[in-house]
Amino acid sequence: MCLAVPLKIVAVEGNVATVDTGAVRARARLDALGEDVEVGDYVLVHAGFAIRRLDPDDAQETLQLFDEMLASDEGG
Amino acid sequence: MREADRLALRDPARARAFAERLRSLRPDRLVRIVHVCGTHEIAISEHGLRSLLPEGVEVLEGPGCPVCVTSTRDLDRAVKIALQGAIVCAFGDMLRVPGTDLTLEEARGLGADVRTVLSAADAVEVAWANPERQVIFFAVGFETTAPGTAAVILDAPPPNFSVLAAHKLIPPALETLMELPDVQVDGFLAPGHVSTIIGAGAYEALVRRHRVPVVVAGFEPLDVLYGIVLLLQQLRQGRAEVENAYPRAVTEEGNARALALIEAAFEVGPARWRGIGNLPASGLDIRAEHATCDAVQRFEVRVEEGDETPPGCRCADVLVARATPADCPLFGTACTPVAPVGPCMVGSEGACQVWYRYGGRPTL
Ligand code: SF4
Repeated sequence: MCLAVPLKIVAVEGNVATVDTGAVRARARLDALGEDVEVGDYVLVHAGFAIRRLDPDDAQETLQLFDEMLASDEGG
Repeated sequence: MREADRLALRDPARARAFAERLRSLRPDRLVRIVHVCGTHEIAISEHGLRSLLPEGVEVLEGPGCPVCVTSTRDLDRAVKIALQGAIVCAFGDMLRVPGTDLTLEEARGLGADVRTVLSAADAVEVAWANPERQVIFFAVGFETTAPGTAAVILDAPPPNFSVLAAHKLIPPALETLMELPDVQVDGFLAPGHVSTIIGAGAYEALVRRHRVPVVVAGFEPLDVLYGIVLLLQQLRQGRAEVENAYPRAVTEEGNARALALIEAAFEVGPARWRGIGNLPASGLDIRAEHATCDAVQRFEVRVEEGDETPPGCRCADVLVARATPADCPLFGTACTPVAPVGPCMVGSEGACQVWYRYGGRPTL
């Protein structure tokens, strides 16, 4: 239940965004976000509320983090 | 995140590289890592990640299923309010959790108006649409869910709307696990989306007090493996620190707006956790200024401390990482998702249900 899913904003009206879940359009409230978002942005949505704006390149950065760790000889 | 990126975070080549790194970190004694998130358990079980762990490393789910840790007292209160004729709105998983006498679903069978919602905001809409009825939102969940409940409390809901608040806080639960007898915790894989709200810094006090490593981890298979590698590295090097392995969604301070909403609507108070008992400063009570929104104030229902676990059910041990579902003699025989005996088999994030669905410990 604590899962939040990354969804793309397709419309914003006041504090409610319409997000594309792939299958359907859903609404996500923006009250708890505290960041400005616009159409095209990705947000993490949990139980109908956006909780964080995501950087579209974040996965690449994460992979870089993984690769740095794998390249290091720490641990073993 | 784009679908291609998501797949990249499941990349088998990197998973193999992580597995190799994990093998090189094989400990010389039994190491038990506890996570507290149903979504972590799903990632671990669905992708068979336990098969990649070196010998001597166990990963267990603690009190990570908000549905499972909801006390019978709160559940009984929701059932009684529903039977009095109010509309009770709850997340779907709550409907089948056993109370002392009835589940919400059984109350519905007796004519109560119990509805499934996906969001606190949906419950407010039910209230606007039914001005002549009392509408209650049964608010469960951890820090990830509480901001939404707070937002609707603070957003001038209609007078017929109120909240039965049963939100719980993760850091106090982790503290408790460190103090329980017969529970060995060598490191915590902290829940990514709770941490999006509270920030990685929220675990510093725990780490200092108990000298236990905490790594905040995401939910893709590589995120989880990366988190476990960082924990084993800390253990090997004798460090105990908070590390953030999920920086794409978690900052040091968390989500200030969400925390401010929680602070404005709630105050921290004691809470009763199923299987664990009463924990001080581990729950959120609606503040006196919003008492009109508090279902406990609005509805006079008497509830006793009910039986927390059905006979034979080991949920109480599963919820504190003292046992795995496989340790329960009823698992998969008398207790299945179709006919659940305990709450850990009801919640879709309950350890027992996840193990039933995916098989928790791979037999490779
Ligand atoms: S398998 Fe069923 S009876 Fe056993 S601990 Fe889990 S929920 Fe309880």
